[in-house]
Amino acid sequence: MALMTQIRQRSRAIAEDSEDSYFEKLGSNSRTRFLRHVILCAVGAIMLYPLLWMLASSFKPSSEVFADLSLWPSEWDLTNYTEGWNALNHPFHLYLWNSFVVVALTIVGNLASCSLAAYAFARMQFFGKKPLFALMLGTLMLPGHVLLIPQYVIFNLLGWMNTYLPLVVPNFLATNAFFIFLMVQFMRALPSELDDAARIDGCGPFRTFFRVILPLCVPALATTAIFTFISTWNEFFGPLLYLTDSALYTVPLALRQFMDSEGQSAWGPMFAMSVVSLAPIIGFFIAGQKYLIKGIATTGLK
Amino acid sequence: MSALGELSKLKTGGHQTPEQRAARRKEASRDNRAGYAFLAPWLVGLFAFTIGPMLASLYLSFTDYNLIQSPNFTGFDNLVRMLGDERLHTSLRVTFTYVLVGVPLQLIVALGIALLLNKGMRGLPFYRSVFYLPSMLGGSVAIALLWRQIFGTDGLINQMLRAFGVDATIGYVSHPDYALWALILLHVWTFGSPMVIFLAGLRQIPTMYYEAAALDGANKRNLFLRVTLPLLSPIIFFNLVLQIIGAFQSFTQAYIVSGGSGGPSDSTLFYTLYLYERGFTNFQMGYASAMAWLLLVIIAAFTAINFFAAKYWVFYDD
Repeated sequence: MALMTQIRQRSRAIAEDSEDSYFEKLGSNSRTRFLRHVILCAVGAIMLYPLLWMLASSFKPSSEVFADLSLWPSEWDLTNYTEGWNALNHPFHLYLWNSFVVVALTIVGNLASCSLAAYAFARMQFFGKKPLFALMLGTLMLPGHVLLIPQYVIFNLLGWMNTYLPLVVPNFLATNAFFIFLMVQFMRALPSELDDAARIDGCGPFRTFFRVILPLCVPALATTAIFTFISTWNEFFGPLLYLTDSALYTVPLALRQFMDSEGQSAWGPMFAMSVVSLAPIIGFFIAGQKYLIKGIATTGLK
Repeated sequence: MSALGELSKLKTGGHQTPEQRAARRKEASRDNRAGYAFLAPWLVGLFAFTIGPMLASLYLSFTDYNLIQSPNFTGFDNLVRMLGDERLHTSLRVTFTYVLVGVPLQLIVALGIALLLNKGMRGLPFYRSVFYLPSMLGGSVAIALLWRQIFGTDGLINQMLRAFGVDATIGYVSHPDYALWALILLHVWTFGSPMVIFLAGLRQIPTMYYEAAALDGANKRNLFLRVTLPLLSPIIFFNLVLQIIGAFQSFTQAYIVSGGSGGPSDSTLFYTLYLYERGFTNFQMGYASAMAWLLLVIIAAFTAINFFAAKYWVFYDD
């Protein structure tokens, strides 16, 4: 018993200064803890080194990119940025704008359509709900390639080639089941009394949804928006299929054009524009970390 | 609760008496119209962009189709051609290597780092962000271009080796023996997302199990093997299934790193790359549809094997 109390006390003391699990600390002294930090820092440094090196290189004059492996340019030079900005058919801000348009529409579409479907699955009773829900979960794991060619044919018939419609319209029809699932999980956790109270107050299902449930779902909506932003901003395959006019290119398609550039003089501008293309993701990542970490833990999204 | 958990729950859940069922159905019917109104966009999308295209591509896989002339039914011709298509076999070999090496490697790193991080580290949020960031960026063209440079002839790796006096002249991405490994490394680099899922799973293991085991005299190794691993096995399973499904469909990185060709000598010809080439460069859309269905079958088979094998190693607490 004495041992038990001792362990309890010790574990409580540990739990107070950090939120770790009990046994992990049992055998860890300051030396092993220090060692752990060393390992983690080393792994982190290896992982981040390429990114930081790219950032540093984007400010180095082209001659220096390869002569110098340091992460601190000897002089800060913006030539790569001004050159890269105008290296392609169109100035880079056009591509940024194009990406922004596609991303914004996709976010709106996902938020609107997925929250509607999620509300039905999470908080309504209707005939065929279970099989439909199973079907929805099934589409989660469906590889998109089996849909690819017919979808291409459909969009071609509709005359949507070289427009953003094939990239955007499916999102208004809740084709991304991941976000439905994420919101279902969130909505299920809200107390069911909310719906009852709203009903007693005379709200129909639509008012209950808009006035009561949706405002409470802001965290889930934020998670959806951030994930949509990141995946759409990076999306390469869809634009590759549907956009051929370079004036419509999104950022990833624009960057692809640097792929063919050979020789060291081309690397600097490519790095500069790569940094420009990654900056919004890193910004969103820092701003929305809380939601990302939660969202990924519930759905296993990338 | 994960998507997979949901699926398995659906199978088993809900034993009701006929009376209860009838009462529930009656109650539910009141909300039918409202329910379907909310589901309308999703239902339209489901039929127009998922079920419809799925059936269409199943049909197309038995045809010759070039987008201009109408599809010409050829029976099992595509399948026969696939059996004799050397490049298809190459692409399968490349993709299997990528999946079977890349996914376990990535998960092992993810689990290892998650275990280190779980030990009540100071600065855990900082470490978590650092390790997670690459998985946000890993799918981008920018990172693929960076990879192409890092593993190029005069790339970062070789520059470093040269700095240490090694005569490094191999361009890894342009060498058939190494190019795929550069892509596998890129996959491992994005271990952050499974790591976050592992961390969430580790958090949920009740400390009382560790207390009890420690009282029984379990050492650290036993605690890990007999408490942590079994209780984490559903999470490992979840990660494994999702990562395998995802890895089979990788496209962007291989496309960019190989310059769009799947080269050198088809050593990075991912299945999806070859499918893209057949469907959208050669416009053999019937053949590409057949390839897509083969991919579906392969992924389904892997998922089924996973679920079957899960009986022997995944431990459910409840």
